[in-house]
Amino acid sequence: MARKNYDVVVIGAGVVGSMVARFLSRYRLDILHIEKEVDVCMGATAANTAIIHAGYDPVPGSLKAVMNVVGNKMWDTLAGELNIPFERRGDYVVAIGEEELPALDELWDRGVKNGVPGMLMLSGAEVRRREPDINPKVSGALWASTGGIADPFAATVAAAENAVMNGVTLMLETKFEDFVMEDNRIVGVKTNRGTFGCRWAVNAAGLYSDEVMHKAGIRPEFKITPRKGEYYVFDRAEIAVNNVLFPVPSPISKGILVTTTVHGNTIIGPNAQEIEDKEDCSVTQAGLDEVWAGAQKLVPKLDLKYAIAVFAGLRPGGNAPCETPGVNYGKDYIIEIPDKVRGFVNLGGIESPGLVSSPAIAQRVVDLLKDAGEKLEEKPDWEPIRPARPRFRDMAPEEQKILIENDPRYGRIVCRCEYVTEGEIVAEIHAPIPARTYDAIKRRTWLGTGRCQGGFDTPRVVEILARELEVSMLDVTKKGSGATMLARRTKDVEG
Amino acid sequence: MPKDIYDVVVIGSGPAGLAAAIEAKKTGAEDVLIIERDKELGGILLQCIHNGFGVEILKEDLTGPTYAQRYIHEIEQLGVELLLDAFVLDLSPSRHIYAISQWSGFAELDARAVVLSMGARERTRAQIRLRGTRPAGVYTAGTAQRFTNVEGYLPGKRFVVLGSGDIGMIMARRLTFEGAKVERVLEIMPFLTGLTRNYVQCLLDFDIPLQLRHTVKRILGNHRVEAVEAVQVDEKWQPIKGTEEVIPCDTLLLSVGLIRGQQESRRCARSGDRRPVRG
Repeated sequence: MARKNYDVVVIGAGVVGSMVARFLSRYRLDILHIEKEVDVCMGATAANTAIIHAGYDPVPGSLKAVMNVVGNKMWDTLAGELNIPFERRGDYVVAIGEEELPALDELWDRGVKNGVPGMLMLSGAEVRRREPDINPKVSGALWASTGGIADPFAATVAAAENAVMNGVTLMLETKFEDFVMEDNRIVGVKTNRGTFGCRWAVNAAGLYSDEVMHKAGIRPEFKITPRKGEYYVFDRAEIAVNNVLFPVPSPISKGILVTTTVHGNTIIGPNAQEIEDKEDCSVTQAGLDEVWAGAQKLVPKLDLKYAIAVFAGLRPGGNAPCETPGVNYGKDYIIEIPDKVRGFVNLGGIESPGLVSSPAIAQRVVDLLKDAGEKLEEKPDWEPIRPARPRFRDMAPEEQKILIENDPRYGRIVCRCEYVTEGEIVAEIHAPIPARTYDAIKRRTWLGTGRCQGGFDTPRVVEILARELEVSMLDVTKKGSGATMLARRTKDVEG
Repeated sequence: MPKDIYDVVVIGSGPAGLAAAIEAKKTGAEDVLIIERDKELGGILLQCIHNGFGVEILKEDLTGPTYAQRYIHEIEQLGVELLLDAFVLDLSPSRHIYAISQWSGFAELDARAVVLSMGARERTRAQIRLRGTRPAGVYTAGTAQRFTNVEGYLPGKRFVVLGSGDIGMIMARRLTFEGAKVERVLEIMPFLTGLTRNYVQCLLDFDIPLQLRHTVKRILGNHRVEAVEAVQVDEKWQPIKGTEEVIPCDTLLLSVGLIRGQQESRRCARSGDRRPVRG
C-alpha cells in the first residue's frame, strides 16, 4: 500500500520513467512510481519503431547523441538482466540513386564524431546481396553493426517490474496534479489519489513533461509539440524484410523505414506530422499514403494486401536548445537538476532515440543525484535479474511438453495466430505488475497481433480476465476507464 | 490419450470437417480422429443460432447448432475419436502431427491422410484501411456473434454495421432482438453483398436502413467508440466531399468479408520439420 512519504517520486511509467525507477531501486530509497494510465507503457513508448539506434543520427555534441551512444552499449547487459528480446542485427541507411550518396558521408561523419563503433560503407551491389528485395536503384548504404531492434513493451514492463521486485511502489491510474513546494524546494506531489511527500521528484512525463516542469516553475518557454508518426504492420507469414532499412534522413525525422521487429513482422513508417493534441493517435488517409510511398521507395515489392494493422504514435518533441557551446541545435533532451528549484530531476523532450537512450538517461539521473549530494547507498540484496515468464511459442517441443505437464493451462492456445496460451495470460494477470486490461495482455504476450487481430481470442481473453480478476465480464476493459468491451447481458432489459 | 497413428485426421469440426470425418468412416477408414480447438464440435455453426441451415441437404429449416447436432450424433454413433479444446501446432509433409490440449498434453501422432478444414478468418479493420482512433467497440461481426450467442453478452447498445455481408445483416437483426439500436448498415459497393433473403428478413423487416456506396471514413473516440464518420463514395470508391455524416454509436461491426484459410493450410503443409508454424 502507498505510504505518505517517499524519498523519490517518479512521474510517468513509459520506458524512461520505468528505467529510472529500476536504476534507483538499487539504492536505499523509498520510491513511489506513478502513472496516470491503467498500465505502464501507454504513451510515446507504446507506439514507435522499436529501434535500438546506433547513434550516427543525432547532432554531435547534443545530449541526444551522448545518450544514444552510451545507451546503445548498455543494451546487451540490460536485455540479459531483464530477460527481454533484443537483437543487435545492425541497421542500414540506404541511398537510392547517386544523388543520395553524399547524405551517407554526412551521417558517417556524425557517427565518427559521436563515437559510434562498427560502421561500414557498403556498395549498392553489396546491399542488394544482403537484402535482395531492396530497390535495385540502391547506390550504397551506411551499415552500423551496433544498431538493433527491441520490444518497447517488454522493456518497459520488465524495467518497471524489476523496480517493483526491488521495493518500488507503483501506483497506476494516479495522475500528477501539482507539486507541493516549500520555498524553492519540492516537498511533495499532489495526485488524484492523494498527496505524497517526497525529497525528490523525477519528471518522466513524456508528452506531458512540459506541463509537469511548468508546475515546478521551470523553463516556462519549453513546449512539447507532439509529432505524429503512422505505421503499417505486415503479416509475418507473408512478407519478411530481414533488416532495419532507413532512408537518408530529412531535417525533421529519420524518415520512413522498412524494418523487421523482434516478433518477425515487417513494419513500415513513420511519417512526421506536428500536431497539438497530445492524445490524438488516430491514423489518417494522408499519413498512411505518405508512409506507403516512402516504404515503396526502399522496398518496391511490399504489398498492402498483407498489411494486418495500422497504428499511430506521438513523439514528445521539445524545443530545448543544446547546452554544449558552439552546437546550434534546438531540440535537445533536457536531463537536469535545475538550480532554481531543489528536489527536482527534470527530464524533458525525450523523443527518439529515447528507447535506446533510456538506460543511459536512468544512469545519468543516478549520477546527477550523487552530484547533488544524495548519499546513494547500495542495497546488498538488490536483484538485477527479472526472470522471464514462459513464452510457449518460443520454446522447443520438448520444453513445451514439460510446460504443459506442469501446468495444463499452457496446453490451451487462446490466440491461434500468435500461439499464446491460457497459461501465459494467467501468468501475466498475476505478475508483479498485474495485466488488468485486454491491451495489457496484448502488450505482454503479443496476443491478438496476428492476421485475425483478436477476432478469435477476444471473447476468451475477456472471460479469463473476468475470472482471474474476480470481476464481471462487463467490467473488463480494453485500455482502462471508459473502454469497456461489453454493454450488458443478453436477455436483460435496457437500464 | 490419442493413438499413435490414424487412418484419417480431420483438423477442424465445422460442417466440412464433420462431413469429412463421417464420410471417411463410412467409406472404410478404421481410425478417424477429429482435432477441434473449441470445447465442442460444430465450429462456427454453434454461434449461428439463426435458422436456414439444412434446407437443401436435409429438407428441413434448422438453426446452426441443431444442424450441427445431426452430424455430431452420427459422429458419435460411428465411433470417430475426438481431441477437443486442442490445437495443431505443426504438421509435417509426412503427416506427422504435433498437437496440444489440456487433456492430452503435448501429443505426437501420425496420419495416413489429413483433412484441413480449419475454416476462414474475418477481414479486420486494417485490411480495409479503416482510419481514425483505435478504441474499444470495434468488432468483427463474428466476434460480436460469439459474444452475443455463446457468451451471452451484448457488445454494445448502439451499432453501425459496415458491410452488407450475411453475418453483418444477421447480427443487425439479432442485436435488434436484444434491444440494441442498429443505426445503419453501410455498404461501399453499389449492390448488396449478402443474400437478398437476409436483406428482407434482417434489415427491411426491422427498419434498419441500408446505405449503398457508403463507407466509414474514420472512427471517433479514444476509449470507447463514440461515433463513426460515414461518407458516400464515387464510382472509384473515393469519398465524395461534403457527404460526411457523423453517426453517434458505441460499436462498429465489421462484416467485410472472409479470408480463406488456405494460406494456413499451405504453410502448415510445407513447414516440414521446422519449429511450429506461426500464423
